[in-house]
Amino acid sequence: MPVLEVNLGPLLPHYLSEVIMGALLMVVIYVVMRAKVVPAFEKMYEERRAAIEGGMEKAEAAQREAEEALAQYRAQLADARTEAARIREDAKNQGAQILAEMREEAQAESERIRSQARAAIEAERSQVVAQLRAEVGGLATTLAGRIVGESLQDDERARRTVERFLADLESQPAQGDGVAQRSGSTAL
Amino acid sequence: MGVLTLPVPLRLPVPMETGGEEGGWHTPSLEDFEFVGGFGGPDWVNKPFVQAVMAAVIVIVLWLLASRKLRTVPTKRQFLNEYFYNFIRNGVALEVLGHHDFRRYLPYLVGLFSFIWVNNLMGLFPLLMFPTFSNIGYAWGLVALTYIIYNVAGVARHGMKYFKNSLLPAGVPWLLWPVIIPIEFLSNFVIRPLTLGLRLFGNLLAGHLVVLVFVTGGAYLLFESEGLVNRVAGGASLLFSFAIFALELLVSSLQAYIFTVLTAQYVASSLAEDH
Repeated sequence: MPVLEVNLGPLLPHYLSEVIMGALLMVVIYVVMRAKVVPAFEKMYEERRAAIEGGMEKAEAAQREAEEALAQYRAQLADARTEAARIREDAKNQGAQILAEMREEAQAESERIRSQARAAIEAERSQVVAQLRAEVGGLATTLAGRIVGESLQDDERARRTVERFLADLESQPAQGDGVAQRSGSTAL
Repeated sequence: MGVLTLPVPLRLPVPMETGGEEGGWHTPSLEDFEFVGGFGGPDWVNKPFVQAVMAAVIVIVLWLLASRKLRTVPTKRQFLNEYFYNFIRNGVALEVLGHHDFRRYLPYLVGLFSFIWVNNLMGLFPLLMFPTFSNIGYAWGLVALTYIIYNVAGVARHGMKYFKNSLLPAGVPWLLWPVIIPIEFLSNFVIRPLTLGLRLFGNLLAGHLVVLVFVTGGAYLLFESEGLVNRVAGGASLLFSFAIFALELLVSSLQAYIFTVLTAQYVASSLAEDH
């Protein structure tokens, strides 16, 4: 159909209906695609994306929780260690205290025993001294009577003589006493 | 008549285009692309018309079926459907238009590809054996839509500045304006739509013509001509037509893809800040 001077041949549609139908059918397809098909697919993709992201979030939360638990356990472990160290320290301190107490007690005991012994010795000594004094008096009198052989029967006079003699003895006792005391203390 | 007694059923796929008179050889020509009526209605309700409607129905029904009961964890069938959908969504729309704009043009692009592809495959489908878009009117229809879409997209985004963007690439010295402006005008507003339509139409017309020559010519030589050489040549031609069919399958799919990609490309260049 020569519209212009040249014959366009197959470049010219045979019927106008071809152009109209080509466009019209495509418009119908477009409308259906826009109203139904593409939204359905896109919605599904959105859901899929959300599901994947949700899964990832869940995994992240789980990991966070695990980390928290781990930190908690670590803290507890550290606490336990400090506690143990403290207890050990306490025990050490207590042990030392007990030891010190015992030592003190022992010292006190030994002191007590020592003073007791000293007292006993003192008592015995004075007893011995008293006894000795009496005996020495008698012996001396007897001895002197035998030597002198005379009237030392006069008790009164003899007693006075002995007293005097003993007083003389006592005025210089330091030697005998000191030696006795020193040897007693060394023995203890 | 030939030696074999089966020529008629073998010639069935192509009798309408060959003129069909017994005896004489009719060279396939452009007349084989003209159809007048045939369905009892007006003259324009012809084979390509019915095919176009069928293709539209097929596209719509298949996509509606595909978009039913979509799950986040796909079944095997949904996986296949998603493959086709993503072929255009990710491979074309997202790739060319980017995240910001792809969603708006996605329905058109997916529909466009499906419609052209199904129509092109009809050129290889037994019983139909005619690519709808080898009738150029249908191609012009689609080109008109794409033309409107990419120009409207540009005006909607940039207003009147769109025409300045389209006619004047950035950074052209003013001395060159008288040269550049007509070239850009021709390129963007005349040549783009023309080539878009002609490419689709031309590929399918030529492809179908080649198929016709090999199939009808081969059948004629094999069954209706005399002489051994002719028959051997006819047999070889028929065998070779399988390769042609394979090529046409590729071309049909490729042209549908190219038309879709270029539509997206034109929209993208309209939306771009400057060329």
